[in-house]
Amino acid sequence: MSWLARNWPHILDLVRQHLELAGVPLLAGLLLSVPLGWLANRSVAARGLLLSVSGVLYTIPSLALLVVLPAVIGTKILNPVNVMVALTVYTIALLVRSVTDALGSVPTHVVSAADAMGFRPLRRFLTVELPLAVPVVVAGLRVAAVSNISLVSVGALIGVGGLGELFTDGFQLQFLTPIVVGIVGSVLLALLADAVLLVAGRALTPWERGARRAG
Amino acid sequence: MRAVLGELIGWFGDPAHWTGPTGVPQRLLEHLGYTALALACALVIALPIGALVGHTGRGGFLLVGLANGLRALPTLGLLTVVVLLAGVGLLPPIAALTVLAVPPVLAGTYAGVRAVDPAVVDAARGMGMREHQVLLRVELPNALPIIFGGVRSAALQIVATATVAAYVAMGGLGRYVIDGLAQLDYPQVLAGAVLVAALAVVLDAAFAGVQRVVSPAGARRSRRGRAGRVSAVRATEPGGTPG
Repeated sequence: MSWLARNWPHILDLVRQHLELAGVPLLAGLLLSVPLGWLANRSVAARGLLLSVSGVLYTIPSLALLVVLPAVIGTKILNPVNVMVALTVYTIALLVRSVTDALGSVPTHVVSAADAMGFRPLRRFLTVELPLAVPVVVAGLRVAAVSNISLVSVGALIGVGGLGELFTDGFQLQFLTPIVVGIVGSVLLALLADAVLLVAGRALTPWERGARRAG
Repeated sequence: MRAVLGELIGWFGDPAHWTGPTGVPQRLLEHLGYTALALACALVIALPIGALVGHTGRGGFLLVGLANGLRALPTLGLLTVVVLLAGVGLLPPIAALTVLAVPPVLAGTYAGVRAVDPAVVDAARGMGMREHQVLLRVELPNALPIIFGGVRSAALQIVATATVAAYVAMGGLGRYVIDGLAQLDYPQVLAGAVLVAALAVVLDAAFAGVQRVVSPAGARRSRRGRAGRVSAVRATEPGGTPG
């Protein structure tokens, strides 16, 4: 407890870094997956290519991806950008499938109705298809958020790991307290992010509320 | 980029890196050994529990919540805490790897058994099958593709975490990455990363192949191979998200 009190400012700093390292990729991944998912939903060839590439990317172990990136994008190995790019890759790999599935499951009669009402394709996509895709996309986003937050810690092995630095510090000092604090903090952040996304998803889809109560 | 590639090829071309206790074949065997051991432990724990919960339908909410919660656990934190508490040696890290492999197998088994058409289960009961026969002869065979999806996720999780485990003095391919980082020997780091990535991709493809083979002919049309991993991921999400 006293360790926690003494190191509180440092821990808050690590929490902020942790959230930044996990959150920026989540946002970037979401912004990139929507057009990719749209593309995958329009052309069978793009769908096959995107889904198999993201499948392969998703299998690459995090530490491997982290240390390969400097060679691919020309950053220094200790640059936080490596962690962010790696997590963005995982986020996209996960979300492209969610977005594709979500857009694919929008009922055809709804799309036709929007067409009949004179919606142009872009407006139809933004105001009809995308909102209806929200529940499935948010489900994917929640998985990505939790996995990003737990993966950030691996970055500690290349010197940029948010709360993960407590693991390497504690291990080197043979001191359990920081490690436990780091684990608890990381799990709490993940649960918090999950809850926030759940609530945000519900707020964005008020029309689902009645269905939820009925079903 | 080109210079790095040259160094990488140089590393792989050096015969010294292919023999002895720190050579690629030995490290690869270690990595595969850890993976097999932890996966076997996870299967022994998770298969019966997942099958039972799936069959009775009781405790499903708890199980899905637990599987989700465990996914939030940072792997490096778990490894360091286990090794500090239980000491170095093979067993503590293997236990940590097992802990991480249990949730996907559990979730896959549970989801697989739950996903079996209730009409099929009813028909089995109507034919006079006892509960254990329903589970073993009807539900589990039909659930195999989804179960295998979970096993596949678990295997990948172990391969990835076993790499990180090199930090807590495990062998395996992660040694090249961790030692290379410590020695500022980037070609070695890169070689390790490439080997680990290749192992993961090959293993995943192998599991996908097995997954296709074990799918009963009836289940094959609805759940074709590749979707397995993702369906296992989905299975661990709390329900209530209408497509």
